[in-house]
Amino acid sequence: MSQIAFPAPDPTILARADAIRAALMGLLPQECVVIDEAGRRAFETDALTAYRRMPLAVVLPRTTQEVAVALRFCREQGVAIVPRGAGTSLAGGAVPQEDAIVVGLSKMNRILELNYADRYARVEAGCTNLSISEGAASGGFFYAPDPSSQLACTIGGNIAMNSGGAHCLKYGVTSNHLLGVRLVTFEGEIVDFGGPALDPEGLDFLGLICGAEGQLGIVTEAYVRILPLPEGARPVLFGFDSAEDASRCVAAIIGAGIVPVAMEYMDKLAIEITENFAHAGYPLDVEAMLIVECEGSATEIEAELKRILDIAHAHGVRVVRESQTALEAAQIWKGRKSAFGATGRIADYICMDGTVPTSQLPEALRRVAAICAAEGLKVANVFHAGDGNMHPLILYNINDPEQQEKAERAGMAVLAMSVELGGCLTGEHGVGLEKRDLMTKQYSASELAQQKAVRAVFDPDGRFNPAKVFPLEAA
Amino acid sequence: MIEAPADELEAAEGVRAANAPFDICGAGTRNFGRLGLAAMRLSTSRLTGIVFHEPAEMVVRARAGTPISEVEAALAAHNQMLPFEPMDPRVLFGTQGEPTVGGLVATALAGPRRLSAGAVRDNVLGVRLVNGRGEIVSAGGRVTKNVTGLDLVKITCGALGTLGLITEATFKLAPKPRAEATVVIRRLDDAQGVAAMTRALGSSYGVSGAALIHAGMGREFGRTLLRVEGFEDSVSYRAERLIALLADFGAKHALTGEDSNKMWRAIRDCAFLAEPRERAVWRASLKASDAPAALAALGARARASLLDHGGGTLWFSTDPTAGAAETARAALARFSGHAELIRAPADLRAQIDVFAPLSPALAKLTRGVKQSLDPRGLFNPGRMYADI
Repeated sequence: MSQIAFPAPDPTILARADAIRAALMGLLPQECVVIDEAGRRAFETDALTAYRRMPLAVVLPRTTQEVAVALRFCREQGVAIVPRGAGTSLAGGAVPQEDAIVVGLSKMNRILELNYADRYARVEAGCTNLSISEGAASGGFFYAPDPSSQLACTIGGNIAMNSGGAHCLKYGVTSNHLLGVRLVTFEGEIVDFGGPALDPEGLDFLGLICGAEGQLGIVTEAYVRILPLPEGARPVLFGFDSAEDASRCVAAIIGAGIVPVAMEYMDKLAIEITENFAHAGYPLDVEAMLIVECEGSATEIEAELKRILDIAHAHGVRVVRESQTALEAAQIWKGRKSAFGATGRIADYICMDGTVPTSQLPEALRRVAAICAAEGLKVANVFHAGDGNMHPLILYNINDPEQQEKAERAGMAVLAMSVELGGCLTGEHGVGLEKRDLMTKQYSASELAQQKAVRAVFDPDGRFNPAKVFPLEAA
Repeated sequence: MIEAPADELEAAEGVRAANAPFDICGAGTRNFGRLGLAAMRLSTSRLTGIVFHEPAEMVVRARAGTPISEVEAALAAHNQMLPFEPMDPRVLFGTQGEPTVGGLVATALAGPRRLSAGAVRDNVLGVRLVNGRGEIVSAGGRVTKNVTGLDLVKITCGALGTLGLITEATFKLAPKPRAEATVVIRRLDDAQGVAAMTRALGSSYGVSGAALIHAGMGREFGRTLLRVEGFEDSVSYRAERLIALLADFGAKHALTGEDSNKMWRAIRDCAFLAEPRERAVWRASLKASDAPAALAALGARARASLLDHGGGTLWFSTDPTAGAAETARAALARFSGHAELIRAPADLRAQIDVFAPLSPALAKLTRGVKQSLDPRGLFNPGRMYADI
């Protein structure tokens, strides 16, 4: 029933499974190795829950040295490695396979240094995204990229997927905030790229590693930029009678030279689902809603909001709801950030992540609606409108194989559409397992071969996160 | 070998037919990197033109040989700009001609706004290249959020054309600020100057430029400069707040309009180090907090110097000799970061490493990536590193 194929596990590895597990137990402290079935089951999938495979074993190293020991062992044994942070990948980036060892970074979760003078944090890869901002808050700083899963997801996973978030319209994505990494290579060698200085030396390997979906090595530590907290921030809700009006309003705001910190879009179904869950005060009688956030001093925010309001009125905004207190502002964001979770309470869903040029948003929304309607499925749209990164949530019933197939077919059609309209398959979630077979829609055979040739420099045997990112037949 | 291909297809054909290495040339306004040694050259002079500019999407795509001035004029008509404040290399390098888009991406030298807007690589959304097999490789695209596949865009930026022939680049844009103001503090020493910049950059006032110009460079006293940009009301508010924040350093007034703008153009272009022409000019990337000690370690050997990016970038000049280069590198060795030789006479660029020598692990990966994109070693041989 599942449409995404896994390669057949290597029988020679499976035949040695017990010996490999026993050897691991001898190699690393007991608390760092999971071999029993119940323990391994916790690692068989990630947030792409429709796909699961039991890993051969799981190692949870406490230090970079232990990661190196594990990777040297995997190399000797010819075993594949699936790196894992918190397992929040929506693209199946951390789904293991039966002949692979999961290397989880969850025990490496310390903030090693907070340097406010040079404005960076040195952190272990298993730190959660939010913990960096929490750690830096007392110094008046924060870590900018803010994926919705920031409470759980790790910085190592963020680096692997080059994660974004609602506020990257102004602040950029993970790669724009990464100063250095410590990477353990397939040979178990520990290599540092970049560091606390502003620019790395030589070729921009950081740019290659960030977003490589764990296929170049395992990142165990990182230097990330931290930024001073803004004086204040205020989100405002704008309700429109049509998706078209809302989309044109977004383009007009940007065209007027205003770059708010965030511009988030929700359609009627998404508003209903989230409002029932978060009680954020979202308007229920509109077709489309924008959350626009401005930052700065009270007067700066006033001035920017006035400019935005003028544009919104020119585009037929019907409801304007300004947050009056910090609590109201928090509620507005709580609603947006819990949109995926709230949807998960009423149905199973797959979350798409294509990006389209912002000028194509109205067309893209029309086509998404048509594609899902043709399969008889409901779709809720929640996305980052400022940068065209769409997140249609296609609702289905996971226990109905036919529905799953329809949902996946609709999802794939939506992604193909994103590429067709001049965008890309994935804006911030990564290709992972989920979109692997669609890569030929975006890249030619020689482009894929070129990417793989660069990957092979780091991992000639293709043992890091196999069967992800690149289509199998070409692998 | 076609010396100046008319389009991308002809360029790819030329590369496939090439049987010897060649140097890639744009307008030749940035003599940066080790000396080009190939007997042949490939010019981007006919790969010109803006492919598209979408103001409402804040994105522009241009071919490699397009003059940056042409791109900037098109953007200015819509009150937009390249966010990272690219330098005009003719000032420092003493060259003529129109700097091109390809050279900008290949050298990736960002200006003062790199602090708030990111480096060149942070603002390049996509590139098209011809690789060493003569294949056209499109990397990235035109949207700001794109994590599809292995990112070959950023590694192309700053690779000095060693990984492929860039034929097109797509840039993220920013609105041109309506106003700017620069708080100027005179006569701070290096430690005080860096402390003032650090305090300003740790504030929420959105500082988009932070530089320290030493005495003897335009004025008999040193100057520490902090810039804010944006809408008029916001700029005057933040400039006032910065002056209050830095009152104990002696901050009193702010330059505005053209007075402010011309200061940052000079910093962007490193105009202060342009003369005398024969001096070697270096750029070191450091932790800002190390900058005062690094300057002390360089001592009198670095006669003229300029701190940009709050102290994270140190520009200095030395005698144009291998000995002086070695002494400067040795002086900086104990600090995190690295130093690059940006401008030097041809004989020095032929003689010494322009980039800091790599560790064995990084050298191996650098060689591997070069090999994977350019297996026959056709593009700009030895331009970054002697044997790569």
